[in-house]
Amino acid sequence: MNAGYESIYLDETQCVGCTTCMQRCPTQAIRVRDGKAVIIRDRCVVCGECIHVCPHHAMKAKVDSLDEVLGQHKYTIALPAPSLYGQFPGIHTRAPILEGLCRIGFDQVFEVAEAAEAMSAVIHRELRSGSIPHPIITTACPVILRVVRIRFPSLLPHLLNYRSPMEIAARWSKRLAAEKTGLALEDIGCVFISPCPAKCASAKAPLGTLKAALTGIVSIAEVAPRLSAVIGDLDDHEREAHSGPMGIGWAMSGGQSTAVMEPNHLAASGMENIIRILEALENGKLSNVDLVELNACYPGCVGGALTVENPFIAKARILRLMRHIGPVLPSGGCPTDDMRWEKKPEASHALRLDPDLSRAMEMMEEIRELTGTLRGMDCGACGSPTCRAFAEDVVSGRTELKNCVFLSRAPEGDAPSGKKG
Amino acid sequence: MTAITRTYQVPGNDFARAGEASGHIKRILKELGFSPEMIRRVAITTYEAEINMVIHAGGGTVTATISPQAVAVVFEDHGPGIPDLELAMQAGWSTAPQNIRDLGFGAGMGLPNIQKYSDVFEIKTAVGQGTTLSVTIFAEGKEPI
Repeated sequence: MNAGYESIYLDETQCVGCTTCMQRCPTQAIRVRDGKAVIIRDRCVVCGECIHVCPHHAMKAKVDSLDEVLGQHKYTIALPAPSLYGQFPGIHTRAPILEGLCRIGFDQVFEVAEAAEAMSAVIHRELRSGSIPHPIITTACPVILRVVRIRFPSLLPHLLNYRSPMEIAARWSKRLAAEKTGLALEDIGCVFISPCPAKCASAKAPLGTLKAALTGIVSIAEVAPRLSAVIGDLDDHEREAHSGPMGIGWAMSGGQSTAVMEPNHLAASGMENIIRILEALENGKLSNVDLVELNACYPGCVGGALTVENPFIAKARILRLMRHIGPVLPSGGCPTDDMRWEKKPEASHALRLDPDLSRAMEMMEEIRELTGTLRGMDCGACGSPTCRAFAEDVVSGRTELKNCVFLSRAPEGDAPSGKKG
Repeated sequence: MTAITRTYQVPGNDFARAGEASGHIKRILKELGFSPEMIRRVAITTYEAEINMVIHAGGGTVTATISPQAVAVVFEDHGPGIPDLELAMQAGWSTAPQNIRDLGFGAGMGLPNIQKYSDVFEIKTAVGQGTTLSVTIFAEGKEPI
């Protein structure tokens, strides 16, 4: 169980040490050391903000390459995230996209939206069963579980303890494909086409699942251009789709709440917003709400760091697509008895200064004292995101005091925070 | 080290800043490594008490004393005081005006919740002089919420 799985990495040749990612990281999980960004793994929630904001494209998601995953198994199933449907202009049905995935090398396609739709019905009943204390917090966005473990561990009991739709889709489609082809389960590959790096981390190092059925993850960013090249000729294709509109709606903030038919819900997206909502929940607020749907990306998965289209354009396309979906026949055989996590995620201690409480208290006072001597400009030149974080890094032995440009420049006898004249 | 003390000035009627002091205390406890259950109880009690000061008392002073065994927080204000404390301790009773309720505050659960989630609860109030509320939450206190 490793939240720090390295699904985001730095391309050192591109990084100029500009501090943009460090200043924007919502969990202060990045430092700049020796002119290069460094990710503190146990504080990283894999939200992908650094990938979004890096002006030099040095922060990258570690995903599989399409050619790699297509050669690994005898039979390979594509599992497209619903957000994929919003990436292409001039496409009015899913058929060209689903058929296109087969044309670029997959043997079969199974919509993750179909799993989301099946889960919606199960979660609808879960909300009324009382087995999880309300408000229930959704976990389809894998960042949420990571943020709660690290910053809000007291809210762990409120998490919806269900596997992600991509993992359910993998388990479901693998079983169906084994029946259809006669192949062994290990000969069948299940590849998720992902809008974000968090889903990669969740698949490679799942927190609630012991052994993932997913075998690979590729990014929408890699798949979209290849699909674009083939779908132009597939406009009139009549390939069958199996998900109704509700499952597809999970691509946008609020879509899951609508799909599980919970009118008394709150849907928030974007890291800053979800952290505020979690703070309020921790303070005992929002107790009159039954379901809290949270997505790290704004406005939902369509805003993921590995997508190519503007999130609002993608959202508009998906909403249009949802309106035009006729009656569908689900695949059948959904593993409804296999949807829950099989292990409980534990609280993380990533914020703790020291395992020994007395020592942690001493450090807390040293940090406070040191912070008082700093300028408070949060300039970031030292390689820490704020003066407070710098003080913590100094006291924890992760950096040296001389890295503060103001302290090292101040002439002797001149207080570093004092103004001249 | 035996204890850490922090003092915060809470401005009255400033709802944009309401919750800063309790948020800061919560952050300290997380960095010190207290249990999630204890932190949740401190979060609820201190947030409610801070909001009470903002709504009813024109602000005041919050002093938190953190030791390995417990967190003790004193909320002192020089507001109007509470004329009928027994009534104020009843769940659902509130004097908050409608404009405050419209902001989502003033449901009348403040004091009852603070008492429910704290291990030691003391309140002294005098009409026209102000209110001093002291709460203590032990590291190994009440059952998890």
